[in-house]
Amino acid sequence: MQLVSGQSAWAIEATNLVRRFGENYAVNGIDLRVAPGEIYGFLGPNGAGKSTTVRMLTTLLAPTSGDALIMGHSIVTKPDMVRFHIGVALQDAALDPKQTGRELLDMQGRLYGLNTLERKTRVEELLQLVDIDSAIDDRISTYSGGMKRRLDLAAALVHQPQVLFLDEPTTGLDPVSRAKVWKEVRHLNEDLGMTIFLTTQYLEEADELAHRVGIIAKGSLAVEGTPTELKKAIGSDVVVARIPTTETSRAAQIVNNISGVQSVEVQDDEVIISIGNGARGISPIAVALSDANVPVLEITLRTPTLDDVFLHATGNRLQERNEAKVAQ
Amino acid sequence: MTSQNITARKSGFFHDLGTVALRALRLTARDPEAIGPALIIPLFFLVVNIGSLQSFVEGRFPTGFDFKAFQLPVAVVFAVTGVSRAGSLVTDIQDGYLDRLLLTPVRRATLLLGLMVADFTVVCIMTIPVVLLGLVLGITYETGILGMMLFVLIGGLWGLAFTGFPYAIALKTGNPTAVNNAFLLFFPFAFLTTAYVPKQALTGWLSTIATYNPTTYLLDALRSLISGGWNITLLAKGFCAIAIIGGVSFSLAFAALRGRVSRNS
Repeated sequence: MQLVSGQSAWAIEATNLVRRFGENYAVNGIDLRVAPGEIYGFLGPNGAGKSTTVRMLTTLLAPTSGDALIMGHSIVTKPDMVRFHIGVALQDAALDPKQTGRELLDMQGRLYGLNTLERKTRVEELLQLVDIDSAIDDRISTYSGGMKRRLDLAAALVHQPQVLFLDEPTTGLDPVSRAKVWKEVRHLNEDLGMTIFLTTQYLEEADELAHRVGIIAKGSLAVEGTPTELKKAIGSDVVVARIPTTETSRAAQIVNNISGVQSVEVQDDEVIISIGNGARGISPIAVALSDANVPVLEITLRTPTLDDVFLHATGNRLQERNEAKVAQ
Repeated sequence: MTSQNITARKSGFFHDLGTVALRALRLTARDPEAIGPALIIPLFFLVVNIGSLQSFVEGRFPTGFDFKAFQLPVAVVFAVTGVSRAGSLVTDIQDGYLDRLLLTPVRRATLLLGLMVADFTVVCIMTIPVVLLGLVLGITYETGILGMMLFVLIGGLWGLAFTGFPYAIALKTGNPTAVNNAFLLFFPFAFLTTAYVPKQALTGWLSTIATYNPTTYLLDALRSLISGGWNITLLAKGFCAIAIIGGVSFSLAFAALRGRVSRNS
């Protein structure tokens, strides 16, 4: 592998990254490598350490220990150099509501040292991404949430960074706006070769966009790989039996002894069974539970999802946390 | 032009400074409620103070004492003290826009200095209506046009020197209420001094405080330009007063900036 610049062959190379706030470890020893041109999905629930990791990698926060090289430049010793190579769209669109969209993009260009002609060229190009027509000359305070997110992304791209950090870029967006962001992320990666570090709490987003996924839980990287590898690692198929919670432990013991079952996990009223061949294994599971007088409310067969991977790695489902958060 | 070769590069200190200052000036123009009162209040007090106190004060001092000329510098102090973009800086902190700026290679010091450059421009402009009202009221400058220009400059420098306090509070707390309360600092500086009567008329504790209040020397310098002619000693003392206030307030503001942009916090 060739050196991208500086000292590393990787676009992002983090080594034992730690960030402590008082006695609490927000990030506790993360090692990760992202190749140039890769989309890396950083998946985890709220409070897992995703945003703290991004704030360290983007030089807003110094690590308590460890280091990371971005395009070969250390975030600890050369944060100024790192800033030339990265673009960042943080979790909440960081915009100035009293400026117009055009003014904001132009100012971003100035801060990255672009001359007048370069700024004009880039702003015109980014207008297609922002897709807000004449509203670009209106004050940002009048924009919708989706428009603000797209403008925030455009602001991160003014200087054509080699590495783009997107911190939960679609949280709170409607499906149409989300699809637009996804399309643009693919375009930036496929057509421009941009390396993208994407944090998300949406499994579908990571599955759809990321070449590789890292799952973070309680400040540590629990598991990492391509979505296909991660799903395969927990078994070819998943049988989910919904059972009254008083019976789930007994049911888990029963199905654990069935031939072909690779692992069994209990999550609330669900017994989740990883199995090599689901089509062949679902009948013996149903029969075994029936013979043991375990009341089965529902039994389904499906291929593994990243949520199963998340459950396997952390002991919790991500999807339910998100749903609970929405319900709150 | 194609965008293929457009990439980020280091720009100069003054380029960064100008970028930040231009944004601040643009937003100031869109924020008339922030400067409107600061413009109206000194004009109001100038007229009211002269109307109500001129005969009384002039009657107690030797012939030739011009209360209008005596009051004009006070109106300038009222106009320029505490005018800053500290409130909008708090908004930048709360909206995350300061983080967006910190993600760029911009020199950190220019994030504050740029605002101060804009403030200096604004307070110099705000001094002009006060000076014009003074001319309308018949106040003339013994030091001529040059003295009048220096009068505006000194007013602007005083306003600039004072901005460090609200910025320090804004950067330290990120709290709009705390910034709004920074105007309380204005009162001792503006009133525990020779705002209404000459120092020889002050007695007891107020006279002592006025002796140590830098505003006293600022007012003396400004008054000298109107009615005393070129007095280098008074002007030097006025500049010293500005330097002392500026030294303290800027030290506090830049310490707060260092804390705010520190990557260890």
